[in-house]
Order: sequence, then C-alpha cells, then structure tokens
Amino acid sequence: MKGFYARRLHSLLGVIPLGLFFLEHMITNFSAYEGGKESFDAGVEFLNGLPLVLVLETFFIFLPLLYHGIYGLYIAYQAKPNNAHYGNERNWRYTLQRVTGVITFIYIAWHVYDTRFQVALGNVTHEQLGGVMHNIVTNPATFVLYTIGVVAASFHFANGLWSFLVTWGITVGPRSQRVSSYICMALFVIVSIMFVLSLVAFRNMEFQDPTVAFQSIRHFIA
Amino acid sequence: MAEAVSTENQTTQQTGRKVKFVITRQDKPEGSSYTEEFELPYRPGMNVISALMEIQRNPVNSGGKDTAPVCWESNCLEEVCGACSMVINGKPRQACSSLVDKLEQPITVAPMKTFPVVRDLVIDRSRMFGALKKVKAWIPIDGTYDLGPGPRMAENKRQWAYELSKCMTCGVCLEACPNVNDKTDFIGPAPLSQVRLFNAHPTGEMNAEERLDAIMGEGGIEACGNSQNCVRSCPKGIPLTTSIADLNKETNKRMFKRWLSV
Repeated sequence: MKGFYARRLHSLLGVIPLGLFFLEHMITNFSAYEGGKESFDAGVEFLNGLPLVLVLETFFIFLPLLYHGIYGLYIAYQAKPNNAHYGNERNWRYTLQRVTGVITFIYIAWHVYDTRFQVALGNVTHEQLGGVMHNIVTNPATFVLYTIGVVAASFHFANGLWSFLVTWGITVGPRSQRVSSYICMALFVIVSIMFVLSLVAFRNMEFQDPTVAFQSIRHFIA
Repeated sequence: MAEAVSTENQTTQQTGRKVKFVITRQDKPEGSSYTEEFELPYRPGMNVISALMEIQRNPVNSGGKDTAPVCWESNCLEEVCGACSMVINGKPRQACSSLVDKLEQPITVAPMKTFPVVRDLVIDRSRMFGALKKVKAWIPIDGTYDLGPGPRMAENKRQWAYELSKCMTCGVCLEACPNVNDKTDFIGPAPLSQVRLFNAHPTGEMNAEERLDAIMGEGGIEACGNSQNCVRSCPKGIPLTTSIADLNKETNKRMFKRWLSV
C-alpha cells in the first residue's frame, strides 16, 4: 500500500507546489529580461515581503523538493531503459524524464547553494542575488552548465505535467494523451526560452555588483 | 499430396536459398547463455516455428557440427495462446506469426529474459499467473444455491471489454516494459488491464474494490512509468495504456473514498 501513496504524493508535489513555484520563478526571472535590474529587484522584494515567507519556503518549496528529488532518484534507479529496441517517442520521453530529473536534482542543489543557502549563511543579501547571478552567467563554463540545468528542469516539468495528467486519470484515451503531449511539449519550449533569456539578461552589466563577496563554486570549475 | 511435396522440393532446389538464424541458447536455468548459428533451406511461407522444427529434425549448426536441438514452447500456432513468445530481431513477439519472408536476415531469436529462462527459448511465465491471482482476475459466482442470471452488459461496453479479453498472457508487454525488471516488483501491464476487464463486467463489478485494492498494493499500478511500450508491442492490439490511465482514475477515487469514509 505504501508504494502507491508514495508515488501519488511524488506526482502531486511535482506539480503542486513545485511546478507552480517553477512557473513563478520563471516569471520573476523573466522580469530581469523584460524590465531589467529594477524590475527583477522589485520581484525579489515582493517575494520576500510575503507573510510567513520562511514557512512558505519550507513547506511549499524545500520539503516538497527534497521528497520529490530523493524519491525521484529512487524511481530513476528502478528504470531499465530500452530505447535501442523500442524507439518510439514516448519511450524516449520516459528515459529523458529520468535523465533530466537527475540533472535537475544536481543543478538545483548547486543553484540553491549559490543563492538561497548563501543568503541563509549571511554571505549575501536578497538584494545582491542579481549580482550573484551576474557573476555566475558571465563565466562561460557556469553559463553553459546553468543553461543545461534550466533546459533540463523545463523538460522535466513539462513532461512531468503530461504524466501527471495520466497518473491522475485526467487524460485517459490515446487522443487526449496525444493532444496533451503537444501542449506540454510546447510548454517545454516556451519555458526553456524564457529561462534562457533570463540567464542572458543577467549577463547585462547593470547586474554587476562589486559588493558581492561570494564567488560561487564557479571558481572551482574555472 | 505427393505433387505438393515435389513442388516444394523443386522450389527449394531452384532457389537454393538459405535462411540464417542466430539463436540465443542456454542449457539449464542457472547456466550462462551463448549464441549458435543455423543455416536452413528456405521454404515458401516458413515461419520461426517451422524453422525451429527444421532444426529439431536436423540439429546441425552452420559450422556443420551436430548440436542439441533448440528447445521452445508452442501450442496453437495461430497467435492466440501466447506460448511461443520470444525476442525475434530484437522485438518480443509470437514465433508462430513471425513469417521469415517478412524478417531481416540473419534472424536473431532469443528468449524473453524478463522471465526466468528454463532452457534455450523456453521461459517460465508463472509470475503472470501469480499476478492474475493477486489481482483476482476472475468473477466469483460459486455459492450454495443458484444465484440466477446476472445483470446484463450494455452492448457498447461489451464491445470494448471484448478487446481486453483478447489478452493471452503472452508476456510481450512485460518484456517491452522498462519498469518490469529485477529492481522492481511491478506486475506489468497485462494483469492491470485484466482488472479493468473484470471490473467492467456487471457481475465482476461487485468485487471491483477488491481488485482496485490489489493493484494499489506492492508492485501495482503505481510502478507504471508511461513509456507506453506495452500498447505498441501488444500482438492483440489491446489498449493497455488506456486501461492503465482508467485504473489510475479508479484507484485515485478509491484512495480518497477510503480516506474520507473512515
């Protein structure tokens, strides 16, 4: 009985709240592209001005993320991909879902370390996060890794939404599953583009912040 | 009859064509597997079973050496029993309906290793029977008195339920599924679809919740990973993924009902 509930909870948390937060994160980031530093800083300020922000972060982001990530690694471990013999598109998405899940897990751990964790340690303030991002994306190596990270996360989210619809019995027949595939893959493209454009926007000199002491782990890579 | 045989011989002699087989073999359940090649005279209309019969008649490999005849299982020879399922040119399917004319050469034949191999191409599919027992894939009608006729089934429902009843427990969907392996205890798509079949039956419906509870247990429906290889591999064209998605809905309803009605 346990496995059923564990897997259903994994599916639910992937969309609510994690998928919703992911979209929110995309919109806040995209404001850096659309409105520049001022707009992005306003977005960060608004989020941190939410009541009980630490409670929201803990119960709607951190704990669901931890559960979804660790249980997801177990799901990925249980898979035995066979794409060489079964080359259909759904089977490729099955394998990609697991591969991008693992990439996203590593990427998010790194990204949270770079940003929220450093805020918690007191190394940077919320206002300096734009500057932290600027330092990360102006380094070519970390820019590429971050791009891989956001594209993988976007695929994992969009395709996960497709399987969420199947898991919860919303899309049952082949036609509805095909139509939802088109919608979810279109969503993947849109979300990826918006995240990548945000990364590009952070390269702008206006985000440069000489007061940012924290240099991320990019130095270990570079 | 005699004339038919002579025509056949003529065809063989005229063409002189050979058919090459690469067969994965295993001498005993715990033994290691190896491949052996065979070259057989081509006969029009031959299939993988008739090729295996030819090897049985003349067990000589392509190196000209005598060898033990290849073991396999088959019954109906018309793709309704599921006994001769094996991996042919990389795809699990029934050997009896695998026509040599439609296969690329050399033809590779291997056992479906998702199941324990007994010998050569013979596998033990008893886990599938175990799964059917686990999900209660039957309709209990035994009693101490005559229960009378059951409720009627609507014709439009009967039509799609009939498609599900075509399942022959051949094991192809389990072989094709990336989530049926030694790291999970997933029962596979076939027994799940049988739950939908028996829950659709007007009498079977009376025990629907027992079957749903069974597939909400260990190795049940939650282990599906949506690769959808099953529905593309099923030789009977059973809408397995539709069955699974429908059962997803039913088990979710059952989950909430169980929580809220206590």
